[in-house]
Amino acid sequence: MSAALKELGAMIEAKRPDCVLSWSVENDELTVNVAPASVVSFSEFLKTDQTCQFSTLVDMTAVDYPTRDNRFDMVYHFLSMYQNQRIRMKVAIREEEMLASIVDIFPAANWFEREIFDMFGILFTGHPDLRRILTDYGFRGHPLRKDFPTTGYVELRYDEAEKRVVYEPVNLVQEYRQFDFMSPWEGAKYVLPGDEKSEDEEAKA
Amino acid sequence: MDGSKFNDVLTGEQKIRNFNINFGPQHPAAHGVLRLVLELDGEIVERCDPHIGLLHRGTEKLMESRTYLQNLPYFDRLDYVSPMNQEHAWCLAIEKLTGTKVPRRASLIRVLYSEIGRVLNHLLNITTQAMDVGALTPPLWGFEEREKLMVFYERACGARLHAAYFRPGGVHQDLPDDLIDDIEEWCGTFPAVMDDIDGLLTDNRIFKQRNADIGIITEQDILDYGFSGVMVRGSGLAWDLRRAQPYECYNEFEFEIPVGKNGDCYDRYLCRMEEMRQSLSIMKQAIAKLREPEGQGDVMARGKMTPPSRGDMKRSMEALIHHFKLYTEGFHVPEGEVYAAVEAPKGEFGVYLVADGTNKPYRAKLRAPGFLHLQAMDYMCKGHQLADVAAIIGTMDVVFGEIDR
Repeated sequence: MSAALKELGAMIEAKRPDCVLSWSVENDELTVNVAPASVVSFSEFLKTDQTCQFSTLVDMTAVDYPTRDNRFDMVYHFLSMYQNQRIRMKVAIREEEMLASIVDIFPAANWFEREIFDMFGILFTGHPDLRRILTDYGFRGHPLRKDFPTTGYVELRYDEAEKRVVYEPVNLVQEYRQFDFMSPWEGAKYVLPGDEKSEDEEAKA
Repeated sequence: MDGSKFNDVLTGEQKIRNFNINFGPQHPAAHGVLRLVLELDGEIVERCDPHIGLLHRGTEKLMESRTYLQNLPYFDRLDYVSPMNQEHAWCLAIEKLTGTKVPRRASLIRVLYSEIGRVLNHLLNITTQAMDVGALTPPLWGFEEREKLMVFYERACGARLHAAYFRPGGVHQDLPDDLIDDIEEWCGTFPAVMDDIDGLLTDNRIFKQRNADIGIITEQDILDYGFSGVMVRGSGLAWDLRRAQPYECYNEFEFEIPVGKNGDCYDRYLCRMEEMRQSLSIMKQAIAKLREPEGQGDVMARGKMTPPSRGDMKRSMEALIHHFKLYTEGFHVPEGEVYAAVEAPKGEFGVYLVADGTNKPYRAKLRAPGFLHLQAMDYMCKGHQLADVAAIIGTMDVVFGEIDR
């Protein structure tokens, strides 16, 4: 399985050296890293090339790495029902960077790109209808970014006096509990209660 | 149509404008909380704009702050008519990254319950779609069988719907022998019920009129819109992940992949009926394999990912510590990314998992088949009558738990 994938990866790199930055086969899956500028031409190549025939767009998503220069990884999964093979295309982009939409090549990308815009705030050029899709009408922020709190910013309730649903800043009756179960020897970066003294002693010594 | 303004008294021509109507989110034929904004020209649909997200619960965000094991029950709440099939994808993704080998008995139990899930789903879909086009009896008969299947769910894991039964490394508990006997007995009685539903619908004139030649999908549409599952097979492509990219131990089982000819709603109905019969045959084979000597043994790959047995915990301090650490800190998954897909009853359900070596997933993307099917709503409904919209939603087999996530 992975030998065939390696062959395919080498073939793709040989055919499109201008697009492919690198490729690898891990867990029996072929991943190709591509430059942002060549997303459209490379996905069209994957679709039309006779040895690839990746004619189905299976999935599209993004991954947020807030500490990186290229903050987002765009991840595309393609499937070839004819060759019975899958491929993953990855594109690293900066936060403010716009990416070309692939709706013209794969109509299935329409809602995926809307979802990514909704969840990550990545803009797609050439998308026919870039609206929010999963969040509320009039929602602000991009929930799947790592700096967006899980509890969100607003909550809504039905107001008996005003006879309508009102939005209010989120008010937690109890502090949001995010337990850290990592053992103090590997996970915790904070000083455990009772350990403060030893630090003072270290400072004295 | 604004009848008050006559432009031409002699011909009686009226100024006609298109109607915009709001279908759902509380309409019973919307199969959940789907809001459709339809633009109608008379009774013909000109444009169809689905508004989804009314059931959005932020599953993917929540998963990022929970351990791998805590995330498992979220999968029951995605496609809640066949819960275990979703869990399966999550378990496969974790097992692929950690390189865990599932014991044979667990693998067989997973196949058995995946097929029960398929029958559960198709029973609900066929009968409620029939209800959308005007039949009332099929849901009553179908739900009776669903109830029996959910009792099997309950006897295996304690819950009728939110099973949390498939675990990374196996299944949570072994099946008692009498449960296997009862499932086999049910497999004997179910064909009669299938024949009853078949007799009600297959040659029913009204059902045929409402479904045949409605919502036709071609091979090109399948590729363009990324369809999977019955939406593909109804149009004549024999594409089934259980056969094309076998996971678990599906390659040992003999089953046929039914395909349609015309790619319309009626062919998809026929495919689903035949798939239930095939599932039944797989279930019988799985039961036979479970009784063989090779089918005995443990149902979990005992190791760091799975709890120690109850008996070990009474005697061994290490086992007790392991149990405590597993259910508080959880297990760690090595760094890497993986895409695991199963042939869920609705189509290809996939999980794209990015692990960073800690006890929580860095990012998990759930690929729901219904999301892509519903996306093609505008394309499929254009030019159809308003009444056909209900038939098309039904045949797409949408469930909002998985679409809105």
